[in-house]
Amino acid sequence: MSLTLEPAEDGSKAVVLNFGPQHPATHGTLRNVLHLDGETILKVEPEIGFLHTGFEKLGEHLTWQQYVTVTDRMNYFSPISNNVAWALSVEKLMGIEVTKRCAAYRVLLCEQSRIADHILSVGLQAMDLGAFSVFLYAFEERERFYDLWEMASGARFTPSITRIGGMMREIPDGFLDATSRVLDGIPKTLDEIERLLDRNRIFQKRTIGVGKLSREDAISYAVTGPLLRACGEEYDVRRAFPYLNYDQYEFEVPTHAEGDVFARYRQRMLEIRESISICRQAIASMPGGEMNVNDPRVTLPKKADVYQKMESMIAHFKLLMEGHGIRPPAGEAYVPTEAPNGEMGFYVGSDGTDKPCRVRVRPPSFINYASFPRMVEGKMIADAVSCLGSLNVIAGELDR
Amino acid sequence: MLDEIRRRLGDAVAHEAVCGDDVLTVSAEGMPAALKMLREEFAFNLLADLFGMDYSRAGNPPERRFAVVYQLVNLAGRRRLRLKAFLPEAKPEIESAAGIWKAADWLEREAFDLYGIVFLNHPNLKRILLPEGYEGHPLRKDYPMQGHGERDAFPKYTTQTPLGDLLKERLA
Repeated sequence: MSLTLEPAEDGSKAVVLNFGPQHPATHGTLRNVLHLDGETILKVEPEIGFLHTGFEKLGEHLTWQQYVTVTDRMNYFSPISNNVAWALSVEKLMGIEVTKRCAAYRVLLCEQSRIADHILSVGLQAMDLGAFSVFLYAFEERERFYDLWEMASGARFTPSITRIGGMMREIPDGFLDATSRVLDGIPKTLDEIERLLDRNRIFQKRTIGVGKLSREDAISYAVTGPLLRACGEEYDVRRAFPYLNYDQYEFEVPTHAEGDVFARYRQRMLEIRESISICRQAIASMPGGEMNVNDPRVTLPKKADVYQKMESMIAHFKLLMEGHGIRPPAGEAYVPTEAPNGEMGFYVGSDGTDKPCRVRVRPPSFINYASFPRMVEGKMIADAVSCLGSLNVIAGELDR
Repeated sequence: MLDEIRRRLGDAVAHEAVCGDDVLTVSAEGMPAALKMLREEFAFNLLADLFGMDYSRAGNPPERRFAVVYQLVNLAGRRRLRLKAFLPEAKPEIESAAGIWKAADWLEREAFDLYGIVFLNHPNLKRILLPEGYEGHPLRKDYPMQGHGERDAFPKYTTQTPLGDLLKERLA
């Protein structure tokens, strides 16, 4: 049994219902203690931390280059956005500007992960409401992106594809063509999902007007990403604080006014279409030249040079030996990025050694989830399930 | 705008540009008024982030060991501002911002959980990521990476004994 009933401690008529941590609709390990009067939710006490792994503490014991592997594990839906956010913060600390080719490649990968994340979260949201076929369509599309990331990095789930000052490797042959082919197939799937959901009366009844969040509340809770834009606030980090030459791409920032679960679903669908357009622009305008910056502080020398030249071999050792490696100057830096779930960034502190002295993640899932009680208090139990699905909470990032 | 903010906050505020970002260091006592003013008069309406820092290994004296960092965003004007308040090791206390932004509620609980920073007048200041009854604050620099043996001391679950009883015993 995943749900248990207990009488309230104060002897009132309210019933206490443990929603999670093992309920399928709680997306990982979340627990919500619901105080109920009949089917109406009087009060919600979210309890989190089941997946707390100490990622921020771990950052103080790994080198700058190693930590990128941990960022993957924070968000298993769209790991590449986290990789890029980490690299950007460290590069800002060191005053490095990546090459044009690297920036365009990162944009391409970030938008791929946004499409994969949004399409899967729409699928999961629909599955929570009983529309299982949408989940299968969405999952199939996500698999295609995993194939692409496997091609680019060798790993499907944990690409760890960025390095400080560049990427782990050049764009593999045929990657851009394969991406184009995957992108060509997505609009058809989106149309199919829309045909299944948009005018589906059951889906409409369970989402329209459910889990409403006003624009003022959303800002007060610091909700960001598609959830904030579904409340009518046009805040997109790519537009407001451009990074990686995002200001050179043409794209719309769609918004909705309603702020309910249905608006969040529509918001994600529109954003996927914008991301497809950004991906196409990045492919069409992919600059040539070097992928990694020409900076001996961060970039490994070419392998052939390591075997042939004394200086290159020394540089190689200096970057890889324990206690040497990348050493950003003392200071603190933060770069906000637009991850699929909202503003995400790493606040990094350096004391001039080869390991960070502070790694702080700005976790969109954690901050977005804090508004959950506001959305469902006074509503029905079934609304809580629908609402939780629309938040797209990633437990790895929620608990870190 | 920054000059105007500095003029309003008075001379006690130190400004520096860290990697191109504006950072204002405000005293712990002056922080609530500064946050309120920035939100109401300068439209910094989004509290993007709030977290603790431990500067004990950075050569800071004990009276400046901890810090709370606030990241503010002015959504309409697309501006960001970072505020920092240093707190003493003996009494790391600062007024809660939960009355100004609802987002501060969970973020302050996290800073309390991991750093032991106390937010005065917080509506519900208890641990959020770690279990209640946990000892210590793991992100402090003097907390060892391997922990204090919590993993081994955690009560073993058997089918005979309910886990709740074991936990109660340990916490008693």
